[in-house]
Order: sequence, then C-alpha cells, then structure tokens
Amino acid sequence: MQELDEFEQLQITMPTGDVAYIKAGIGEPVVYLHHSWGSPGALPFHHNLIEAGLSATIPDMPGWGGSTRPTWARDVRDIAILIGNVIDALRLGPVTLIGAGFGGYVASELAAMSPPRIASLVLIGPVGLYPEQGEILDQMMLSHRQYIQESFRDRRTYIDHFGEEPDTQIRTLWDLSREMTARVSWKPYMHNRRLQHLLSSVDCPTLVVYGEKDKVAPRSLALQFEKILPNAKLEVVRSAGHLVEFEEPKLVADLVCDHVSRL
Amino acid sequence: MFIGHFTERPYQDPESGYFGATGRSITDLTMSNASYDPKLGARLYNRYLDEKIYAEEMGFDGLMLNEHHSTPFCMGGVMNLEAAILARITSRSKIVLLGNILPIWDDPLFLAEELAEIDMISEGRLVTGWVRGTGRESVAHNAVAPYNWERFQEAHDFIIDAWTRPGPFRWEGEHYHFRYVNPWARPYQDPHPPIWIPGVMSRNTVAWAAEKRYPYVMLATELEPTKESYAYYTEVAKEHGYETGTQHRGYLFKVHVDETEELAEQAGRKFVQGPSNPFLEGNQGVVRPFIQNLPGLTQRNNLLPTMRSFAAAASRGRAAQHQAETKKAVEKPKPEKFDTYVDQTKKYSIISGTPKTVIPKVKHVLETLRPGSIFFWDGDGAMSHEDSMRSLRLMGSDVIPAVREIADELELKSPFEVDPKTNQPIVESKESESSDSSSETDSV
Repeated sequence: MQELDEFEQLQITMPTGDVAYIKAGIGEPVVYLHHSWGSPGALPFHHNLIEAGLSATIPDMPGWGGSTRPTWARDVRDIAILIGNVIDALRLGPVTLIGAGFGGYVASELAAMSPPRIASLVLIGPVGLYPEQGEILDQMMLSHRQYIQESFRDRRTYIDHFGEEPDTQIRTLWDLSREMTARVSWKPYMHNRRLQHLLSSVDCPTLVVYGEKDKVAPRSLALQFEKILPNAKLEVVRSAGHLVEFEEPKLVADLVCDHVSRL
Repeated sequence: MFIGHFTERPYQDPESGYFGATGRSITDLTMSNASYDPKLGARLYNRYLDEKIYAEEMGFDGLMLNEHHSTPFCMGGVMNLEAAILARITSRSKIVLLGNILPIWDDPLFLAEELAEIDMISEGRLVTGWVRGTGRESVAHNAVAPYNWERFQEAHDFIIDAWTRPGPFRWEGEHYHFRYVNPWARPYQDPHPPIWIPGVMSRNTVAWAAEKRYPYVMLATELEPTKESYAYYTEVAKEHGYETGTQHRGYLFKVHVDETEELAEQAGRKFVQGPSNPFLEGNQGVVRPFIQNLPGLTQRNNLLPTMRSFAAAASRGRAAQHQAETKKAVEKPKPEKFDTYVDQTKKYSIISGTPKTVIPKVKHVLETLRPGSIFFWDGDGAMSHEDSMRSLRLMGSDVIPAVREIADELELKSPFEVDPKTNQPIVESKESESSDSSSETDSV
C-alpha cells in the first residue's frame, strides 16, 4: 500500500500520548477512522475525497499504528473520547466523521457523546451494536490472513491489495492492531448493548454504507443503524465485501461527497 | 528427591475415534461436545482417580494434576474437584496442582477458598501451582488475552493476601475488586501451601518465579531448552542475591515402564496416539497457532507473532511446526521413514522400557538437568488402564527405589528437603515435634 504524495505525515502530542495522522486537502473536513486492523496509510479512497475537494485527516487511533498505546484504555468508548480530543486539538470540528468497520463503532460512540463535534456521520460496514441476526465475524478465532481475506469480497481483491504473501510491515500492523483491538473489545466482542439507546438521540445526517458481500458485519447491523439513527440513509454497494472503501473507492467517495454536499 | 506421578487424563472414546491410532484428525477447539458421553466420562474420571490411589501405594511422593478446557486431551477442567477427592481418598502423597490458570478466574476469592479447603481436607498436603494458560484457556473462559499477565500477577497477590492477611479487608485492584475479603477457610499449612510455578518457555514467568523463589517446573520440554530455562532462572536469582539449587528446579517427563521391551514399546507408542496433548510432537491433533498465540498473550510489542509463537512448540519437540511458522529451511523427514516414537525416545522425550533400560535413562535426565523434583508422565494418549497399572506397579517395585538412590548420589534435594526461600535444610516435622516435646519435658 503506497502513500499518496499529497498526504502529509504529522503527529500531535496529547496529554495521553502522541497521535500520528496524515492529512491532505483544504475543503470541508472529514476524519476517517480505520478498521480494527489498523491504517495502512492513504488509500485511493482518501485520494478520491481530496480530488473531490474535501480535506481528509486520517489518524492512527490511539494504540494503533504510530500512535501511543493508552495502556489504561479498557473500552471502545475510551478510544472515542481520545479521538474527540484529537478533533478538538486539531481544531477540525464540526467534521464529517467516517468510520469503517470497527472505526464505525468508535465513530458511533463519539457521535453519541459529543454532537457538536460531528456535522455528519458516514458509517461503512459498521459494528458496535449487537446484531439482531447473524454474528460479527470473530477475528480472534482466525489467523490474520484469514480474517483480512474474509473482509474482501473475494480472494482476488485481497491479493490485489496485499499480495499472496503480505510483507513484514503489514503483518506487524495486523498483529499489533489485533492486540489493541483485544484490549478494548475482546468482550463483549465488537459491540456495546448500551450504544443503541444512546444512538437514538444522534440526529446528525448519517450515511450508512454496506457491502452486499460483507462476511464480517451482518447485514442486520446496517439495517439496525439505519433504523436507530433518526436521520440515517442506507446505501448498499452490491460489488463489495466488508472493506467497501478499498474495493469501490470512487463509488464510496462519490457517496460521501454527495452526503457532505447536502449538509 | 521428590517423585510425582502425572497424566493429563485424556478423554478416550473408542466410539468417536478419539482413541488409538485411528488417523482421525483432532483439531483444537473445533470438536463439538455433542459427542461427549458422560457415562464414558464417569468411567474415565474414576479410572484416573483409582490410578492416583495406586500411585500413592506404589510410593509416589506427589500426585500431580493439571487443567485445560474445552479439549479432549485433558479432562481436568475442574482440577480442584479431583484434588478435593484425592485429599480425602489418599493419605500420604502431596497433591500437586500444576496448575490453576489464574488469569481465567474472574473471582480468585473462590480459588483461594477452594485451595484452602483442599489443603485442610488433605491436612496440609497441597502443593499449589499457578499458570497463565494457553490461548485455548483464554478462549474457553473468555479471559481478555492481552491482560493475561497482569491478571496472573494480581490474582497471585490477591490470593496470597486472602490467605495470610487477617480479614476483613477491601481489595480494589486493576482487574479484581472485592469489598469484603474475609474467607472463612484458611490454608492448613502456615503461612500457605508451597507454590510451584510450571511453565514451558516464558521468560517473564521464569523471571517472576525466580524473583519470588518459587520452584519452577519445566513441563516436558526437551533437555537443552530446559537447561537454558534453568540457567535463566539462576541468572535472575543471582540478580536477586541468592544461589539456586536443585530445590528450585522441577521437571516433568514421559516415562513408562513395562514387563517386557515389546510391551513397553507397544504402550510407549500410545503416548503419541489418541487424544494426547496436541502441543506435543507426533500427536495426531492439529493445533491452530493463532488461537494458542492470542493477541497480547505474550509481550511482543515489537515482535512478529512468528518470532515467539512457536518457541514453546519447538522446545517441546514440535519442530516441524516451528520451522514451518518461522519459514526456516526444513529438512523434513520422509514420512515413510520417519518414526516419531523412535525419534522421541532418542531425544529422551519419551522413556519407555523395562526397569533395566528405563532407570539408566532416567539417570541421564537427572544428571543432565539436576532437578530436585520430577514427575513421571505416564498413562496418557491411548494407553489403557491396564497399561497404566502395569507401569505403576513396576515404578513402585523397581524404578522409584532406584531413582531415590541415584538422587541421593547426585544430591538432588527437593523443596521439602531444602527450603527454596532460604536455601536452608528443612528439619523433618517428626523430629521437630519430638524435639519440641522433649524441650517442653525438660522445662517441666
């Protein structure tokens, strides 16, 4: 995964540790929260957002990638609070907060606790609620490779992104990210039964994007988010798995831009 | 020398194929308990208890139990229940628990109470041992893997306090919280039962045990890595200002004795057949590495999972798996020529024979490692009750007496002869009682 040139590698020192992030663009601010397996850097999806005139900030969430691990954190909500602090410290808000997979869980927690920071939400294959039907695929019971492969619509797209044999850097990212994920979301796994009650008051415009071939987050989750959030709209992308923004970057970027333009 | 007996108490089911060299693959944490037969379970639990009674009769100093969860290779999910029964139905041997898996206990006060009861019912025969457990255990009881080491240490500190600190008191820790710690059960032994720490290759745990002067029991590791671990224990001990002795070293290894060499080979081969521990070389089971090596179970902030995940497997002889994981060049033995049983007997991973051939091999192990405590691991895999009983009988008549003589020659002292906390010889309790009573008489 190559860094795209226009993104600047930055770091901010917070009282709770350093937070690494990349940033590009000068338009409406969007913040992208990565999947549980970490951020591999700027994606074509992010590049598409910049091209469309948005400003994108992509932090390594505290504990992931180049950001300091908050060893005291025990809950996804702790991570959401830290992300909120970063948004304030970077004077970004109110932002469009994009959360992908586990990042959608963090984004939902943050939206529930601090509406003024969030102009709108984009949740891509989000987890965080207990699914009414089906189960969230448990990465702890799979090898890294199996889990990431299952996150794509098919094996070919997985190989397109990571090759037959992922390199040491990406395997290290997956391994350390999984440890951090386990620290805050081992149990209950990838959900918080309190969240649905809190989300019912989050009335910012919300776009829920779901890949029809998603094998990680059951479809019922996307429907639940759409139903619970008072101002949500669901878009189903037929050709994608869980990693919708990896597989259909332009399509998802267009959806995001359209969503932002309506604010 | 302290000599103990051990078996993992495998769930041997001739119907399901979890028995004998059936060729049926046993993949860790994939088997449904729908095929579990409680009537067979009843027979097996009672068989293993009967064998422990006989082991005591045959002169074993210790009856060792262990604990694993959701797996057919060890029926000791609730090891403390078996220990409590042994506390009542045996009378002399120590009951050695190696060990309770501390991090999976959400309420270690229950554990403190249970162990205190076992110690009382056995009138002070409990040796308690604590482990961090494998990934399987964290999955089975859903203990948060990255906090395994923190929870181990805090549960340890809590139980020691619960045993030794007059209650009631409050405990507000990182992982455990109690508003009223005042168990109405205290250990028979003062201040508490001896604590031994079993393990495989965790440097953290070895260092921690050495710091606390707890004897460290290596579990069926090959001789060389076992020596390396002992050496590391000694290194840490020196940093803490004391010298190690045989009292700090324990070793578990596979030993089977039989009436003839033919029978010994027949039974010895069963170590690697049936539902014996899938960690071990030659086993028919399939281990899933990402479960054994759960995220954060070992400290590896700066390491790839492959760098540590199979050190333990390699130290226990599962070399092919280790090499496959680390992508090292493997000179793989040709299956048609390779005989894992023979290979393991050459490496002393399995010792099986008549007393005449077994005793010199045990002597070699003792000379090489110089442990003060040993445990013979027998009756495992696909071995039958009859196999176990023949071996136990010959252990009693021939092997144990010979090993005691060898241990005396080599001056291998157990933690019951030399106190690992002080390195001072322990006076026999009978002598101290008679000496106490005579001094009382004198004073009168």
